[in-house]
Amino acid sequence: MPGKRNDVAIVGAAETTELGRIPSLSQIGLHADAALNAMRDAGLGPKDIDGIATAGETPTTIAHYLGITPKWVDGTAVGGCSFMIHVRHAAAAIEAGLCKTVLITHGESGRSGVARSRPAVSPGSLQGQFELPYGPMGPPTLFTIPVLRYMKTYGITEEQLATVAVVQREWAAKNPRATFRDPITVDDVLNSRMIAYPFRLLMCCLVTDGGGALILVSADRAKDFPQKPVYLLGTGESVETPMVSQMEDFTSSRAFRVAGPTAFAEAGIKHGDVDHLMIYDAFAHLPIYGLEDLGFCGKGEAAAFIGERNTAPGTGKLPLNTNGGGLSYMHSGMYGMYALQESVRQMRGVAPAQVPGARISVCHGVGGMFAASGTVIMTNEQGV
Amino acid sequence: MPEGQRPKPQPTPETQHFWDGTKSGELRLQRCNSCSKVYFPPRPFCPSCASRAVGVFAASGKGRLYSYVIHHRPVPGFTPPYAIAVVELDEGPRMMTNIVDCPQTPEALVLDMPVEVAFEKLDDDITLPLFRPSKS
Repeated sequence: MPGKRNDVAIVGAAETTELGRIPSLSQIGLHADAALNAMRDAGLGPKDIDGIATAGETPTTIAHYLGITPKWVDGTAVGGCSFMIHVRHAAAAIEAGLCKTVLITHGESGRSGVARSRPAVSPGSLQGQFELPYGPMGPPTLFTIPVLRYMKTYGITEEQLATVAVVQREWAAKNPRATFRDPITVDDVLNSRMIAYPFRLLMCCLVTDGGGALILVSADRAKDFPQKPVYLLGTGESVETPMVSQMEDFTSSRAFRVAGPTAFAEAGIKHGDVDHLMIYDAFAHLPIYGLEDLGFCGKGEAAAFIGERNTAPGTGKLPLNTNGGGLSYMHSGMYGMYALQESVRQMRGVAPAQVPGARISVCHGVGGMFAASGTVIMTNEQGV
Repeated sequence: MPEGQRPKPQPTPETQHFWDGTKSGELRLQRCNSCSKVYFPPRPFCPSCASRAVGVFAASGKGRLYSYVIHHRPVPGFTPPYAIAVVELDEGPRMMTNIVDCPQTPEALVLDMPVEVAFEKLDDDITLPLFRPSKS
């Protein structure tokens, strides 16, 4: 079964050399820059890689561009959590003996748009027939649609939504590579430009260029590499619907409720064991849904949990999105890879906003507009 | 008048009955003959029990405003700010739509308010099901 505890480790991890605005690199160039950095991090070359997984570009494109001859490929592309799912699939493949050394790449020219691939939605698809005619224009108008129902159900205010962005900016201030680092207040958020009521600009993620890559091997080889190994404890994945209007429950993600508990069950841990948490935050409501659907908070309690500074720097007992998240660190379009990179940094003990003594990190991703989900639980101790 | 045109749906063999319905003033849903599940969007089998024994029926066209956003940026065919809404039909399924005959403000767009279908003809092929506050 996938996720036999500690059987697979991450031994290479890196982001692109630059983050933010990178007009000098095309989208495959961003994949390659991140992959080269990750291979250097692991002390490996392209001839050492025998498995490849990617999204946004095809595995064929990236394998050819990097000079890799894989005997295992995975092109699962379900949005920003594809990379969490690649980690899960790669672990299963390594455990099954299908390959030994897997490279997972992400690169996206989200800001500069240099040779960016964007799948078109056919007017005959279900989204094309039953959502697009009503005027949505990308994630700010779709991902946000369930939120008024959530707010009415649980009595959550716009101020509470804004607080999510404020707390994450506090984490970003500690990260030299974060795009936005200046402190903000709830009033700043509520006075920022209206994008799609109730969402204002500072409740929405950045749009930047960047990439990241990971290298996975079996745990018994992990100590042969230069970096401190980060072991996989448990993983989970699911999908629900490509149409946000057809979510079963507007106050909760079914994909979250499958992926998260699957990963926790595989890892054999309790919520109290978690030292560090990443929840993919394309918009300010995502950490709220994630905290509840993963079981860290009861239904309707996550906004107050964040407001009471339980996830904040300093006093927070559950440090959340310690790079500043998609709201402040960076967001190329498929942010999941950057959440994974921050979890790896925390487990290596080298994060700019390091959580002292952190042993277990949960990294939870979303794909599409609540369409998909992937969860990866990591540890820096073999035999947890 | 807004500039440009809103994206036009392209019916498929499995959805043609829906678009034929809107053209003739009916909001058509499907019901499973095996398990009685009422569902949307259209497909020639039941998403609950996989039975192919399904039928089409004319829904009431009544529902309630379930959730929405009010978009403030320009989109071809729309004049911002405009609401992109989801209504929950009395028969159960939810669908995306726009709310017409109503100010596009949080004060006017009250969750759970009753709404009813208002058909908007785009051209000879396509009539969209929009919704307006119920008159009754």
